[in-house]
Amino acid sequence: MRVIYHRPRALSDAHTHYCPGCTHGIAHRLVAEVMDELGIVDRTIGVASVGCSVFAYNYLRCDFQQAAHGRAPAVATGIKRVLPDRVVFTYQGDGDLASIGTAEIIHAAARGERITVIFINNGIYGMTGGQMAPTSLAGQVTTTSPRGRDPQLQGNPIRITEMLAQQPGVAYLARGSLHSSREIGRARRMVQRAFEAQLNDAGFAMVELLSSCPVGWNMTPRQALEHIEQAVVPVYPVGELVPAPPSRGASDGRHGKGGSDHA
Amino acid sequence: MAERKLMKGSHALAEAALRAGCRYYFGYPITPQTELSEYMARELPARGGVFIQAESEVAAINMVYGAAGAGGRVMTSSSGPGVSLKQEGISYLCGSELPCVIINIMRGGPGLGNIMPSQSDYFQAVKGGGHGDYRLIVLAPSTVQEAADLMRLAFELSERYRNPAMVLGDGMLGQMMEPVELPPEVAPAPPERPWATRGTGGGEPRVITSIYLEPEVLEEHNRRLQAKYAEIEAREARWELLEPESDFFLVAYGTVARIARSAMKLARGRGLSVGLLRPITLWPFPRRAFEQVLPHARAFLTVEMSSGQMVEDVRLAVDGRAPVAFHGRLGGVVPEPEEIVARLEELAGKVEDGGVHRVATFEHAGR
Repeated sequence: MRVIYHRPRALSDAHTHYCPGCTHGIAHRLVAEVMDELGIVDRTIGVASVGCSVFAYNYLRCDFQQAAHGRAPAVATGIKRVLPDRVVFTYQGDGDLASIGTAEIIHAAARGERITVIFINNGIYGMTGGQMAPTSLAGQVTTTSPRGRDPQLQGNPIRITEMLAQQPGVAYLARGSLHSSREIGRARRMVQRAFEAQLNDAGFAMVELLSSCPVGWNMTPRQALEHIEQAVVPVYPVGELVPAPPSRGASDGRHGKGGSDHA
Repeated sequence: MAERKLMKGSHALAEAALRAGCRYYFGYPITPQTELSEYMARELPARGGVFIQAESEVAAINMVYGAAGAGGRVMTSSSGPGVSLKQEGISYLCGSELPCVIINIMRGGPGLGNIMPSQSDYFQAVKGGGHGDYRLIVLAPSTVQEAADLMRLAFELSERYRNPAMVLGDGMLGQMMEPVELPPEVAPAPPERPWATRGTGGGEPRVITSIYLEPEVLEEHNRRLQAKYAEIEAREARWELLEPESDFFLVAYGTVARIARSAMKLARGRGLSVGLLRPITLWPFPRRAFEQVLPHARAFLTVEMSSGQMVEDVRLAVDGRAPVAFHGRLGGVVPEPEEIVARLEELAGKVEDGGVHRVATFEHAGR
């Protein structure tokens, strides 16, 4: 009998605290699968941010430091500079990365910091109960934009990944989505390339993952996934903004199949 | 052979940190301590270390947090306005029990204030500053030599107790040049840090965090921290006591203690029995030094370049058993020995006249 699906070694068997229909679990699994495939879990240090993913260390079985709101890229910088031969990644939501942590993410990218950033964008503050985020869509109703986000009053959604693409220190930058199995497969390859960029010492790497928040969006899990496809992706198009440089190693050959197994 | 050099305070602090094995520095320029950063920028790469000028003080202290968690011997430095920004990170460092050294070369405040020497960040250093119940180990050198000597101690205490240590100086200490005998170099290899997050290497994952959602669990964490702080209080208080048999005592720390020392000599020359009690650790505050002199002390005069911050700890230590007066200069004005002697004579006169009740205090800041 051939095993086609198993729990990644890097993923614990703990029940997650995430709400039903939340895609954090999928994002965790992608990171865990990639850590397994690249064989790096024993030398990886994760940085957990503030927000729903604050307990990521309960699910991903590598060393972890928990960072203050928005500061994960600075914390990761400190870790990576002490341990340049280890793999360091941050796992941050949009409230964390795109609002209070904009300075830290831009400057980590500008320095070409050899870290990998997993940027979970669900366009809302989930943990604090569904407030407006910098990434909330125009017209989006949240507890702090109860009449819908009006760009005239509350500003426009920030496209962080496009912004970071201007920085020469960036080695790999992509936006994926978690709303369908096909997109999850594509997202997985992006996560993999973002870690490979670090292994190749190429520079800063980030993957933005368009994610759902059914509770914060006041939708069913299915509606939330449809909402990503129909409303979120048009504003935040998926794809590789800064493709990976030609690999110096054989890793593309070894891991080339990537997420197609799950498509 | 010990090396003796004429050095600026900021440079001596930096060089002593390097000799104490510090190999990671994250900072952001601010007067009057920028020379410290510049020294590190020049010297750290040459010694195999890492210097990063962060995008902000907020980022700098969080880089310190990451580096400390990864097991590096790490420091940052700033002045009051920058240290205010670092308070968030300092609270996290204390909550996560990570060792590091933070230097605050104080300037006049509040707000942007000025770049002259001041001691108005005492409360922030010893009473918290950031959120939550925590303590910093705070060392206050009064000479460039002592600044160099206390750097080693700051790293040692910080690592022994897994708690940030602060070296609290002022613009005068940072900018003045004095001969200094530099301490010998220690091996840069950090001590064993089994708690550091350096990759599991196949073992169980380690987590550095300060979040404990269950109240009972957080209470237990806090109780453990408080027990640690109690141990530090019992073991690590340091002070200097001059003329311990005196009737009156000046209480001062840092560079102001040097001026108080001149005032003490001046006053003794005029026949007044005056000693000097100089806290070297501001937290833990050296209460035992007061116990030593309280049986015969007739009054204390606390002198600070603030509106009266350390004087609160002096009053707590004295606990109403003798009058405690205060003399402070503000805004970067440095007190003169003569004005301190005048206050001493005033205090002595009032005590003679019975004008100062044992539990009463009299004070005014500046003139």
